[in-house]
Amino acid sequence: MEQNTTATGDVSFLVEKWRDKKGSLIMILHEIQNHYGFVPRDISLQLSKLLDVPLARIYEVITFYNYFKLDPPGKYTISVCLGTACYLKGAPEIVDEIKNLLNIEEGQTTEDGLFHLDVVRCLGCCGLAPVMMINGQIYGKVKRSEVVDILSRYKKED
Amino acid sequence: MVKAKINGITVNVPEGTTILEAAEKVQIKIPTLCKHPDLPPTASCGICIVKLVGSNKMLRACCTPIEENMDIITHDPEIVEVRRTVIELILSKHPNECLTCGRNGNCELQKLAEEFGIRTSAFQQFLPDIPPDTSTGTIVLEPRKCISCGRCVTVCQQNQNVWALCFMDRGFGTRISPAGDGVSLSESPCVKCGQCSAHCPTGAIFENDDTAKVWKALQDKDTYCAVQIAPAVRVAIGEAFGYKPGANLTKKIYAALRRMGFNAVFDTNFGADVTIVEEASEFVQRFTETPEKLPLITSCCPSWVDFMEKFHPDMKENFSSCKSPHAIVGVLAKTFFAKKRRIDPANMFVLSVMPCTSKKYEITRSDEMYSSGYQDVDVSITTRELARMIKQAGININDISEEEPDHVLGEYSGAATIFGVTGGVMEAALRTAYDYITGGKLKNVEFENVRGIEGVKEGAIPVNGFTVKVAVAHGLSNVEYVLNKVKEAKRAGKELPYHFIEVMACPGGCIGGGGQPYGITDEIRKKRGEGLYDEDHNCKLRYSHENPFVKKLYEEFLDKPLSEQSHHLLHTTYVKRPEYQK
Repeated sequence: MEQNTTATGDVSFLVEKWRDKKGSLIMILHEIQNHYGFVPRDISLQLSKLLDVPLARIYEVITFYNYFKLDPPGKYTISVCLGTACYLKGAPEIVDEIKNLLNIEEGQTTEDGLFHLDVVRCLGCCGLAPVMMINGQIYGKVKRSEVVDILSRYKKED
Repeated sequence: MVKAKINGITVNVPEGTTILEAAEKVQIKIPTLCKHPDLPPTASCGICIVKLVGSNKMLRACCTPIEENMDIITHDPEIVEVRRTVIELILSKHPNECLTCGRNGNCELQKLAEEFGIRTSAFQQFLPDIPPDTSTGTIVLEPRKCISCGRCVTVCQQNQNVWALCFMDRGFGTRISPAGDGVSLSESPCVKCGQCSAHCPTGAIFENDDTAKVWKALQDKDTYCAVQIAPAVRVAIGEAFGYKPGANLTKKIYAALRRMGFNAVFDTNFGADVTIVEEASEFVQRFTETPEKLPLITSCCPSWVDFMEKFHPDMKENFSSCKSPHAIVGVLAKTFFAKKRRIDPANMFVLSVMPCTSKKYEITRSDEMYSSGYQDVDVSITTRELARMIKQAGININDISEEEPDHVLGEYSGAATIFGVTGGVMEAALRTAYDYITGGKLKNVEFENVRGIEGVKEGAIPVNGFTVKVAVAHGLSNVEYVLNKVKEAKRAGKELPYHFIEVMACPGGCIGGGGQPYGITDEIRKKRGEGLYDEDHNCKLRYSHENPFVKKLYEEFLDKPLSEQSHHLLHTTYVKRPEYQK
């Protein structure tokens, strides 16, 4: 399935809300990211005209901060912790397994738009290392062999 | 004033002077890589570090203002060692492809590696896997060779106000790119001015090399090869052969081109004289008949045309419809000249040698670039490419005897030669327009107030009891000021601030073009400019419309300025273009 990176919508109300405030670009991008789950190019182009800020500057900001995404997120976001404890307990293997099973790299979304893979530094439960999280649901002490089962649950649900 | 010591030598410099600038005053050269004299410091490379006596802290000389009583050490074994490590680290993510690189022999990184005697790769190499972008056909972007100094981005955003290039991502993944994944330069606002390539210290951005096409044409016995050189080329190409900036090599270049095998050697300056006759007539027509179409804006610079078509399409009607001088020589070569010499234009090859990367784009930019029935100019190469061709041809330019250009597209006036420097087109047009309107000659043909490297220059010339107000801008970031004044006056229904505006995209005009020999500074711009002004000053002929060959052209071929034939061959049209195609 071709991922839809375009989006329609009027962001002029956001521009009005933040106009003349310091750091307005980042605040507006936050609201856009929260609304769409990413920053669609069409919206960036619109924003560029409304704010009179070159598109190149908007993209410099978007690509500098990890929080902003240029592509739509998957339905399920998989976050695998690569913090010290998880790393030592074998998290890299978990990441490899997910990459193999889903055929994506870190930061990418599967072609069907179902899964997005992110690597994070800590999820705050090092006692459960290695840890991964799918849309807020924590999975602790994950073994490589379990990954396929966990993912298939979400595939079925869909 | 601030008093300090550098390597024990006392310096007295104005407050705000950086350590780097202060050191230069006492003949100490601190190596730099990211710092360029045209640009503010970005302090990104770390080569220029220095120490203070009694402190282990290292300061970056490019961005640290000198302070009272500072005692600075710029060179000692420890500093040299740190600099070497910085170079080695930069080289760890820079491909070892010097032999096949577009900047081989004039790369600032290569030069530093040579000076520091780097013999081995100290660190394992990590090379980014980013393909080159050749989409514009004018400049090539090779992000793998980027050292993230930021010069191109600063030039593109701040000096040129184009914003085609930016830094995407951060840290190790930082790369130069147009805004967006998968967006090529040709789909971006890029106006092809090539200032990025003129400022890049390495081979990350360089001109698209078209010399193979030229050699191929020269080798074909059935092809009649004609060539023309732009005004700015003659006073800059010498730098590639050890001459000082500004040395005028016009007649040596003619001789070299003839030896390379060109059948006819023309001069773009002839086209400049024709441009002036047409453009001055256009100005007079608007001035006297259609003042609502004022100000008239010059259109010789293809990057400026591209900029207007993308960012100011509402000014379309104000642009002179006249083609640029090399396009005029191209079309006249394949029509007027071909007819006179009974050459089939189908077998003609016309090369333009330009200080400019954008001319490579201009030669196919619209249908009017084919008005001879063929592509009017087949290939456009930069000054840098011609310098390489002369070397490949084994021609000793230093000792070669001077030769004259070929009739009938070779002779030119002094007014034409100053086309290559900011203010020159305006000055040349005013000389002719003044004569057209008043029927008399100017007392002083040299307009001092449109000369010089000031970003915006303004002037007023009394013509028949009326004051003609002019503005000259160069460096595209200076355009907004001039255009805003015009737009505001029009909006308010007030008197126009200017009647005639000249814009050249590159700082200094074509002499500072993106295709000129490397190492540009304001000092070099001034010298190249002086080279052209000197030539004009010493020319017997100072008015474009008095060029006898231009007169002949109108008598025999074009009838009169702005005639139907002129419009068909020498004029073009403009369209609104999108900033982004994706």
